[in-house]
Amino acid sequence: MRVAALSIRTPEGIVFSQPLAGPVSRFLAWAVDAACVAVAVSILSSFMTVVGFLSPNIATALGVLGYFVISIGYGMTLEWLWRGQTLGKRLLGLRVVDAEGMRLQFHQVVTRNLLRFVDNLPAFYFVGGLTSWLNQRGQRLGDIAGNTVVIRIPRIAEPDLEQLLAGKFNSFRRYPHLAARLRQRTSPGEASVALQAILRRDEFEPVARLELFADLATHFRGKVEFPSEATDGLADEQFIRNIADLIYRSGQEGRSKGKVPA
Amino acid sequence: MIVNLQRFAAGARPAWQELEAMLDRLEANPDRRLTLEQSLRFHYLYQRAAADLAKIATFSAEPETRRYLEHLVSRAYGEIHETREKRGRIRPLEWFFGTLPRTFRRHLSAFYLSVAITLAGSLFGGFAIALDPSAKPVLMPFSHLMKDPAQRVAEEESAKKDRMDGHKTAFSAELMTHNTKVSILTLALGMTWGLGTIIMLFYNGVMLGAVCVDYVRAGQAKFLMGWLMPHGVIEIPAIVIAGQAGLILALALIGWGKRATLATRLRAVSRDLATLIFGVALLLVWAGIIEAFLSQYHEPVIRYEAKIALGVVELCLLVFYLAKSGSSKPSSPDAPDT
Repeated sequence: MRVAALSIRTPEGIVFSQPLAGPVSRFLAWAVDAACVAVAVSILSSFMTVVGFLSPNIATALGVLGYFVISIGYGMTLEWLWRGQTLGKRLLGLRVVDAEGMRLQFHQVVTRNLLRFVDNLPAFYFVGGLTSWLNQRGQRLGDIAGNTVVIRIPRIAEPDLEQLLAGKFNSFRRYPHLAARLRQRTSPGEASVALQAILRRDEFEPVARLELFADLATHFRGKVEFPSEATDGLADEQFIRNIADLIYRSGQEGRSKGKVPA
Repeated sequence: MIVNLQRFAAGARPAWQELEAMLDRLEANPDRRLTLEQSLRFHYLYQRAAADLAKIATFSAEPETRRYLEHLVSRAYGEIHETREKRGRIRPLEWFFGTLPRTFRRHLSAFYLSVAITLAGSLFGGFAIALDPSAKPVLMPFSHLMKDPAQRVAEEESAKKDRMDGHKTAFSAELMTHNTKVSILTLALGMTWGLGTIIMLFYNGVMLGAVCVDYVRAGQAKFLMGWLMPHGVIEIPAIVIAGQAGLILALALIGWGKRATLATRLRAVSRDLATLIFGVALLLVWAGIIEAFLSQYHEPVIRYEAKIALGVVELCLLVFYLAKSGSSKPSSPDAPDT
């Protein structure tokens, strides 16, 4: 059965996982790379047309060698120089990595690219696609031989927790006993939903954003009832900001004193 | 329990950033060697990030920080736990005179097997053409080989103008790229548990045997040797070495009598496969040049004895190179990965 992520357990007992790339994104990356090779070959042909005026023999030879080097060397060179990425993979957010989490080696890149000759049989990567579809980790034959997998690169920026309040005053902090009760009654999953809603609020359509925060606010109002003087006039989104702030900044009450009221 | 993420991240962030900066420097410059102090610091930062990951994975469902830490730990893990030799700068001469022949000799049994399959194909091709000369179009489907050998020799030797004139370089390039593609395919077909590699080697042998017997029976052995030897003594071994690489891959895939896992077995031969196929490509570049610029010229332009002598010299050099070059202790280890 196909797994969604490459999980590695370190000798220290820590498990980390990297999401595996799906067949569609890999196909799209391949299509981009094929287009890049086609563009490079067409530029080469134009150049060879000029050289052909001087010597058709040399122009043909350079054209044949150039096409060969570009088509074979494109994947190898870029994956080696860009640590497992070609232009297509870079655009699609994919990367070739060692299947055991080690440093990707040059010979692994060479092996997985040479095996394209078999993966591409009889045409359009039928063998490679079929193998990848049947393989638990989505490996084509080249990946199996080279001991590599293709992963999706997660968004790796550090989360910006400063966005939680954006410098505004949290009126709920006046009620530490209610804040403690809220933390007690909130599961990690619920807390995560509130935090992610705040962190990703700009990604939503305006109507969806309003609906989402209304639903979340209703959900969290049911957990702990804050006094009306703290909640009156507070928009649902701000309510959830305050809630997430209380949950994730436990023990720091009063830190926001003197800031602009929400 | 929900971890105080803000405080947690604020406390750990400097260490994460330091680790990230070290990783960036290491990845940007793979040749960089850390001092003992830097290594100890790097190891400490890795362990700290791993511990932070364990903590956040246990106490919080916050995915952004976890993903960030997972990515950081996975990068550091690869650097810390990598046991394969970190290669220095590429040294083409050391690679050509040392690594390549040593790699070849490390897998001699696969080479002998590859030779045996090619010879079996040659014997089959030779017998087949001797028994049924009308099978020529099937056994060697190339237009220039369809003619009667004696007729071809007469035409070549009486030619007034250079038929290669004006396209020798292009012909040479086509030979190089075609033969290299065939070699890569021969290697890659090792992934069919060796079946594809065996078929490729056998078929090459069939064509070679059929051509040889066809020309010898027609009394054109001297022409044949003068025509084939200058490039064939390099080209044929190159294809056989590609077959050797394919069989190495197949043997690693099958893993007879080996207790290591498939991944471990493949990991152990991967570097050797790359070395051998680059060596094959180099040999085919030379063979392509010789075939286009020399092999296609016959008496009276070049004496057959001279061409045969060149072939013998090339073969001796190749045998000596593969058997003896790099025999002294290597300056850097090129043993397979384990």
